[in-house]
Amino acid sequence: MLDNEDHLLENHPRELTQNPLKKIWMPHKNSHIGHRRVCMTNCPTLIVTVGLPARGKTYISKKLTRYLNWIGVPTKEFNVGDYRRECLKIYKSFEFFRPDNEEGVKIRRQCAMSALNDVRQYLSVEGGQVAVFDATNTTRDRRGTIMKFAEQNGFKVFFVESVCEDPEVIAQNIVQVKLGNPDYMNCSSEEAIEDFMERIKCYETSYQPLDEDLDSDVSYIKIMDVGRRYLVNRVVDHIQSRIVYYLMNIHITPRSIYLCRHGESDLNIKGRIGGDSGLSSRGKEFAKHLRSFLEEQKIKDLKIWTSQMKRTIQTAECLGVPYEQWKSLNEIDAGVCEEMMYEEIQEHFPLEFALRDQDKYRYRYPKGESYEDLVQRLEPVIMELERQENVLVICHQAVMRCLLAYFLDKTSHELPYLKCPLHTVLKLTPVAYGCKVESVYLGVESVNTHRDRPENVNVQRSTEDALQTVPAHL
Amino acid sequence: MSCTQRDIGASTNSTEAKRTDPRCNEKKCSWASYMTNSPTMIVMIGLPARGKTYMSKKLTRYLNWIGVPTKVFNLGVYRREAVRAYKSYDFFRHDNEEAMKIRKQCALVALQDVRVYLTEEGGQIAVFDATNTTRERRDLIQAFVKENGFKVFFVESVCDDPDVIAANILEVKVSSPDYPEKHRERVMEDFLKRIECYKVTYQPLDPDDYDKDLSFIKVINVGQRFLVNRVQDYIQSKIVYYLMNIHVHSHSIYLCRHGESNHNVEGRIGGDSELSPRGKKFAHALRDFIEEYELSDLKVWTSQLRRTIQTAEELSVPYEQWKILNEIDAGVCEEMTYQMIQETFPEEFALRDQDKYHYRYPGGESYQDLVQRLEPVIMELERQGNVLVICHQAVMRCLLAYFLDKGADDLPYMKCPLHTVLKLTPVAYGCKVEMFYLNVEAVNTHRDRPLTRTGSSCLTPCVKESTLTAAKKLVAVSASE
Repeated sequence: MLDNEDHLLENHPRELTQNPLKKIWMPHKNSHIGHRRVCMTNCPTLIVTVGLPARGKTYISKKLTRYLNWIGVPTKEFNVGDYRRECLKIYKSFEFFRPDNEEGVKIRRQCAMSALNDVRQYLSVEGGQVAVFDATNTTRDRRGTIMKFAEQNGFKVFFVESVCEDPEVIAQNIVQVKLGNPDYMNCSSEEAIEDFMERIKCYETSYQPLDEDLDSDVSYIKIMDVGRRYLVNRVVDHIQSRIVYYLMNIHITPRSIYLCRHGESDLNIKGRIGGDSGLSSRGKEFAKHLRSFLEEQKIKDLKIWTSQMKRTIQTAECLGVPYEQWKSLNEIDAGVCEEMMYEEIQEHFPLEFALRDQDKYRYRYPKGESYEDLVQRLEPVIMELERQENVLVICHQAVMRCLLAYFLDKTSHELPYLKCPLHTVLKLTPVAYGCKVESVYLGVESVNTHRDRPENVNVQRSTEDALQTVPAHL
Repeated sequence: MSCTQRDIGASTNSTEAKRTDPRCNEKKCSWASYMTNSPTMIVMIGLPARGKTYMSKKLTRYLNWIGVPTKVFNLGVYRREAVRAYKSYDFFRHDNEEAMKIRKQCALVALQDVRVYLTEEGGQIAVFDATNTTRERRDLIQAFVKENGFKVFFVESVCDDPDVIAANILEVKVSSPDYPEKHRERVMEDFLKRIECYKVTYQPLDPDDYDKDLSFIKVINVGQRFLVNRVQDYIQSKIVYYLMNIHVHSHSIYLCRHGESNHNVEGRIGGDSELSPRGKKFAHALRDFIEEYELSDLKVWTSQLRRTIQTAEELSVPYEQWKILNEIDAGVCEEMTYQMIQETFPEEFALRDQDKYHYRYPGGESYQDLVQRLEPVIMELERQGNVLVICHQAVMRCLLAYFLDKGADDLPYMKCPLHTVLKLTPVAYGCKVEMFYLNVEAVNTHRDRPLTRTGSSCLTPCVKESTLTAAKKLVAVSASE
């Protein structure tokens, strides 16, 4: 609620001014108004993973963190294994994890505490909204400690447990992520696997999974057999609901996502942004090359998505296979600057042009959109990409930057300057905890539409400074 | 895990259709409908008074709103058709052979209707609302589904909280056609015995063994806990998400538009103008309204357009701005009057009157786009308690259509006058609507459906202003069943 004093001082509604960068109307006195962000609870959330080793906890932690940051919820993961490696320096063997190894138990507890302290720092001091505490947390006792810690600090807790008994999945995990782990730098594969299996055994005897009855008051999701089944208990707020929805849509079936822009368009050639023009002749050439490329790749059950703008649809048409149109994949709306050249924007709206260079992610075109708006618009696309297997997305520069930023975990600073040239296909393949990227230029020339951030972003700058980085065009 | 079935017929069609100018081929069906590429049967499971019909109707309303043609098939309705006069719970005893025969017959008839709906009438989802508590019955359904090439998704509601069950019985069973005498205690008594009849043969879904390969969600204790098994596709994922976000706590949602704006006065659509003096008066009145009703913990949401924010400012409470609550984008027609649109874009104007729901302004949006845009708002409204949404005419029509189950034909013509607050309260299987006119005059911005499809009737909204002059007259509008 508004502070009493403010309320008494004012007899009429406060004057509204529009923030020049984000085009948000705010009351003059600039007191707290809620600008709709994803998580409106003032209460930070602590997500706690639970599960035996090699159950995908770190995979889930990293992926979830990446997703939450992308949709604008400041999130950070805290992997207790990292703290242990910091503390121990040299990993000898699984003996460290034996439950009767007093020294080991002490160190591990200290590491957990140290991590929790950093969590507190992040959530209470550094403005973080969600912290992901990635550790086995297999005993009720340990979880109790964490819940007490959370209560003391005013954090909400949500557990994410991964349960899996499929030996093939576990073996795969070990091969994919454990063998490359610093712990096993100096061992052969066989030695590493053997040691790791012993490590798992150390945890098994004391493992107390989340229980329907004993833990009935705790908020959690139990993921069973890599997503075949879920048990969800007491989701209490919006962010937990979103997290559950996300976790229920991701899978680990191997596949690739192909991202590319439409072929070069007529407006591209003229150096104009936005609009709804058709392909240039080189653009059409690209579409043909794209068709050959896809045929060569022999991709299984490839889905093709386009926006509802002519240039992406024309590109897809050349492929001779079915495709689906999403309005959400339309290019960023440049509002009053639609179909202008950068030179024209500088001429007619020099202030806007400068503001955009100052904060390209948050800058909203007058009567248009910002990259931040674009991300919100694209979230259902990302969700569906997670559900799907092999997909080719034919989209636009700003849209592609947003999607790429999600897959490659780029910050909002980097996102608007990611290089997404025309006539180039990016093949993204999930691997271990991240994403492998292969860039394939399809050999058809095109204009460059990438405008780097100029050195001078001051609103008083000269036209020359403003246009310093504009790419060449007709 | 994600097994997608390509419908060969549909995909060839889409390539054909898209060969011509994209603008002329705006898909008539929504994205959600497009993604639902296989007819699906949702089968409810649970003892009586577990909220199956509540969930069936709500889910159906939601799916239809996002554009996926869905229909409920309630077995009780079929049974009442077959057995005109309900006598007592004895009908439901599992050793009542005669009755068992009739009940099975009803199920078969209902399944036939499901088949017709999904294969001939363009339906995409059929919700089979019955107890379906035995494996035998569920096996029957699965055989039917397999025979017809449908997908099946089970929704089981499990509840052992006697208070919840009693409340359910009072709220919906007492007024059921089965109990015309409506004598509470006798209804309660008979109904509880009816439940006992089912308990004897109830075989809940067994995720560990017998039913481990089925796709289902088990809703436990009114959403406290969920067990989700083998979600196969997009629409099942959305259904699960929806069911996990709804609740049954009593709350009210207040919808209103911003106060009258300067553009409203000039007859201009869209734009980002400020409140007129009368609009400011309305904001005052809204503040009084909120104070008078002492709405506890009321959340207030606005769009990011000036006129809704100015309205909220007057309330002196915190509010949240949502860009997705912004008014429909009229593209090239932004800030024009209807007269100007008629003069400048006569074809567009006519097209819009022909199919107002699907019509997309050049460079702008359609009502169909708006619904897709507003989905997260609806989802969040379902999660929340008391909320006041200060929005715009087209946006309010879309939200209202969701709550009152209005289809694409009616939605764009729903009446959402300025300076009027609609209070929506969930009740039984529907929504009670109360309309509060806050006694500040305003222009009328409503353009009626044209009399003939080809011509457009009135260019300007009817000049006649609202006839409700009594202060805060309470009008109880239909409770949709």
